[in-house]
Amino acid sequence: MKNQSIGNSIDWITILIYIALVIMGWMTIYSASLPIEETSIFDLSQIYGRQMLFIGLAIPLIFIVLFTDAKIYERLSFVFYGIGIILLLGLFVFGVTKKGQTNWYQFGGFGFQPSEFVKIATGLLLAKYISYSQINFKYTKHQIIGLAIIGLPVFLILLQPDAGSAMIFISLIFVLNREGLPSWYFISGIVAIGLFFASLVIQPFYVVIAIAVFMVIHYIFNRKITRNPIVYGLLFLVMTAFTYSVSYVYDSVLEPHQKDRINVLIGDNVDMKREGYNLDQSMIAIGSGGLTGKGYLEGTQTKGGFVPEQHTDYIFTTVGEEWGFIGSFIVIVLFAALFLRIIYLAENQKTKFSRVYGYCVATYLFTHFFVNIAMLIKLFPTIGVPLPFFSYGGSSLWSFTILLFIFIKLDANKVNEW
Amino acid sequence: MRKIVLPAVIIVSSILLLTKIFYLQVIDETLKLKAENNAIKKVFDFPERGYIYDRNGKLLVANQPSYDIMVVPREIKDIDTTEFCNLLHISKEYFIKKIEKANIYSPRLPSVFLSQLNKAEYAAFQEKERKFEGFYTQKRALRDYQVKECANIFGFITQANEAIINKNPYYNPGDLIGKQGVEQEYEEILRGVKGVKYLLRDKHNKIIGPYKNGEFDTIAQQGKDLTLTIDHELQKYGTELMINKRGGIVAIEPKSGEILALVSAPTYDPAMLVGRQRSKNYTALYNDSISKPLYDRGLQATYPPGSPFKIITGLIGLHEEVIDEQSTFYCNGGANFGRFMKCHCGLHTLQLNNGTYKSCNSYFGNTYKRTIEKYKDSYYSVDNWANHVKSFGLGQFLGTDMPIGAKGLVPTSKMYKKMYNGAPIRSSYIISNSIGQGEVLTSPIQLANMMAVVANQGYYYTPHIVKKIKGQPLDKKFTTKHYSTIDKQYFPPMIQGLADVYNVGTASSLKVEGLQICGKTGTAENKIRVAGKTYQLKDHSIFVAFAPKENPTIAIAVFIENGYWGSRWAGPIATLMVEKYVNGKITRKDLETTMLNGSLLPEYEKIENIIFQRFPEQKKESDSLKKIETAIGEARKEEESN
Repeated sequence: MKNQSIGNSIDWITILIYIALVIMGWMTIYSASLPIEETSIFDLSQIYGRQMLFIGLAIPLIFIVLFTDAKIYERLSFVFYGIGIILLLGLFVFGVTKKGQTNWYQFGGFGFQPSEFVKIATGLLLAKYISYSQINFKYTKHQIIGLAIIGLPVFLILLQPDAGSAMIFISLIFVLNREGLPSWYFISGIVAIGLFFASLVIQPFYVVIAIAVFMVIHYIFNRKITRNPIVYGLLFLVMTAFTYSVSYVYDSVLEPHQKDRINVLIGDNVDMKREGYNLDQSMIAIGSGGLTGKGYLEGTQTKGGFVPEQHTDYIFTTVGEEWGFIGSFIVIVLFAALFLRIIYLAENQKTKFSRVYGYCVATYLFTHFFVNIAMLIKLFPTIGVPLPFFSYGGSSLWSFTILLFIFIKLDANKVNEW
Repeated sequence: MRKIVLPAVIIVSSILLLTKIFYLQVIDETLKLKAENNAIKKVFDFPERGYIYDRNGKLLVANQPSYDIMVVPREIKDIDTTEFCNLLHISKEYFIKKIEKANIYSPRLPSVFLSQLNKAEYAAFQEKERKFEGFYTQKRALRDYQVKECANIFGFITQANEAIINKNPYYNPGDLIGKQGVEQEYEEILRGVKGVKYLLRDKHNKIIGPYKNGEFDTIAQQGKDLTLTIDHELQKYGTELMINKRGGIVAIEPKSGEILALVSAPTYDPAMLVGRQRSKNYTALYNDSISKPLYDRGLQATYPPGSPFKIITGLIGLHEEVIDEQSTFYCNGGANFGRFMKCHCGLHTLQLNNGTYKSCNSYFGNTYKRTIEKYKDSYYSVDNWANHVKSFGLGQFLGTDMPIGAKGLVPTSKMYKKMYNGAPIRSSYIISNSIGQGEVLTSPIQLANMMAVVANQGYYYTPHIVKKIKGQPLDKKFTTKHYSTIDKQYFPPMIQGLADVYNVGTASSLKVEGLQICGKTGTAENKIRVAGKTYQLKDHSIFVAFAPKENPTIAIAVFIENGYWGSRWAGPIATLMVEKYVNGKITRKDLETTMLNGSLLPEYEKIENIIFQRFPEQKKESDSLKKIETAIGEARKEEESN
């Protein structure tokens, strides 16, 4: 009985896109990690063989998620979140340091990154909190609690320090914005990012002039009765202070490798053989693909291993090189279709919990997707985040799968809601 | 409103990503080039350059292996510079300078670091090559000259410079290319086509296999051997005769247009332009602006032809029927053509035959006068005359298969109209043309070709220096007859006159027993202007000939700078050359010894002193060249004795 209802009520469009992305992801990993002598695609000594195993192991996970009672996720969200926070704290004692980041547990040959689990837990708890009927983001208290649910893991992750994962959590601001958090949070976040880059690229003085000009224009055209020159003045002072503090932060707070990543992006004084190498090579690989690509398994840059970590964070370069613009177009459109489908489903949920959680899923996946591809083509600083379903790695594939299928389960369950 | 923020951000971001990717993949071409440089390594297989033989099959130019050290700047990994420099006997400054230069050319592409190592140097380096990442050796073939003559004919091999590389994508830095002579003219035939293998490499520069299974690879095509028309024995003899003289010898086989000898003096040993001393030697040769060893006097130098031109004046007179064999002119130590033209013939009544063998200025002056006055319109007459002259190959590039040449000059109405502002001209204005002292200018090869026309009684083949290309026919233009405008019937009387030059005329002292040579002496005045002052120098000595009289096998022109008069230097040398070629041996041993040992150096020193007084810095260069020549000579001797 239950079996039937699941098969009939789950959203097959989402699942088909998921399957398509996973298959394309594996094919790309196969190309990027193919040794000179061919071996079996199940050869576990090879990267593609292990990824095949990870995909195989994802199937039982999917079934477990789908056949678990949907209420569990809502009821246990506090517990999950609590475990997640403890795991993050535990890293400071038991964690393994890789490339300067303490974000792994190592159990024998098996690695586990708690931030992946915390992503799901945070999404669940945020959904749970917002779904309380009395919650209204008009109240500062509720705003603070909402932000704190996100802020706590961000704080712990920044201590690792793992800026990429922290950024993924911060993107949940989209969800809060959707659920009624006053717009100025969102807008001031965007303005702050804009000012940050503006003041690095051009002299802070000119940035301040631009702010002043913009404010004057805004003041003149603002027809609301409530316009208050003092508010404008304060805002101007804050933004000016922020602009000037950026250069201080840049010089004194950012680590050299973080500075390099920003320098690479703004094209400032970069040695393409050193800090610019990764970006340079990734642009070369993608750019050499042309309209139709060099053909599957024919990528010269992929075969030559010029792009570092090509099977993980840089996997999309193989898509660009071997499948060209047409392939890139298909992959990007598939991703965008997945995100929009999830949002569409979320908006049609009967419960607030499911809706908010769906939004969290869409936001997480989209942020990974955008940051990952944008950093390959010099639209974003280099930040190590995986491309969902494509990048090599069991823990990444499984966590994205669980994240997505919990929502599919919630969505399938909506017919059982009152 | 809030609902559409995230979908809008997703759509806008996706479009942003796709736009940038479209730009990178479809619009920006530089990334594709970079990808190729990254991953595809071209490995060249240089074919051996074709050998060069003389007309009798004697090997003149072969090859010897040589090694270049190439560098790819970005692949250099912390090497021990001191050890590296010591191994190659180079200074640290050289190392730094070369790497810098290579980096400017391209950090990714190979440049030549050190060229033309010999076997021993190569062996020492090869042992340790693995220690020096970024450097590798490239085998190339250098020329191995079997003879010391013919430098002007061969040309030499050099590295393709940037201008060539930019113009012709076949060449890469370090590739060799022929310069001057047949090496340049027949570059594509001699060099063959290099083979290319496209290999895929990884980021450690390790080869991981052929690119696209070798679909684009090409196989090297061997260079083709050349057989020259040159008779090396004759060339060598001519070169020896020209020691301590300046000038040129050009010998042609009339019935085929094949160049038998092309001597330019002073010359240099072709081996000077091989090996690590090459560029130093070349600079010295290049800078010697006084004796100009790189200047091919046989092809490039133009002088007034002097008396040999009387042959043409006579033939045109006969053809235009302004004279016949019996026409008689008087000479009185010269003749008056508005102004008096002197003559040393010593006779009084002259007809074609004695006018020719005694080289009478009055006779040919009168003939020319009649030719120019034949038509009312003197400009028409001049052009009519010029057309006849040009039909002998004068006043134009002959179209030989040597990359250099000289046009010479045959004046036409156009030129005289300019000179005389369009006023009608009189024969007296231009009477010097009759005896080759006017505006006419010719190169030695043009004079030799003119003699070939006379020997053939009315036609010539374009002179050429390559007889056979292995597996390829000769250019058609070398097997096409060019006819002169003079009727065949007028040649025999002129040829008889030229034969009598040897029998009773100006070259009677050079007569060879049992061989009828036809020849003509010549003397050309010559002056130089240095710093606004004109100096009268010793006349140039000229001689043209062909032999034997019946079925001629050789036509020759000899030009000796400042050689007094025709029969003093050029005549004997031409006669010896003809005798050597036709008979294979020399009967006039006394004459031979005089010519071999004779030197005009004191004469040239006088000229040099005139120039050095004005331009003292040139003396130093001339001295340094002499030093290099001596050093090379000694080194060669040492090598031979080993």
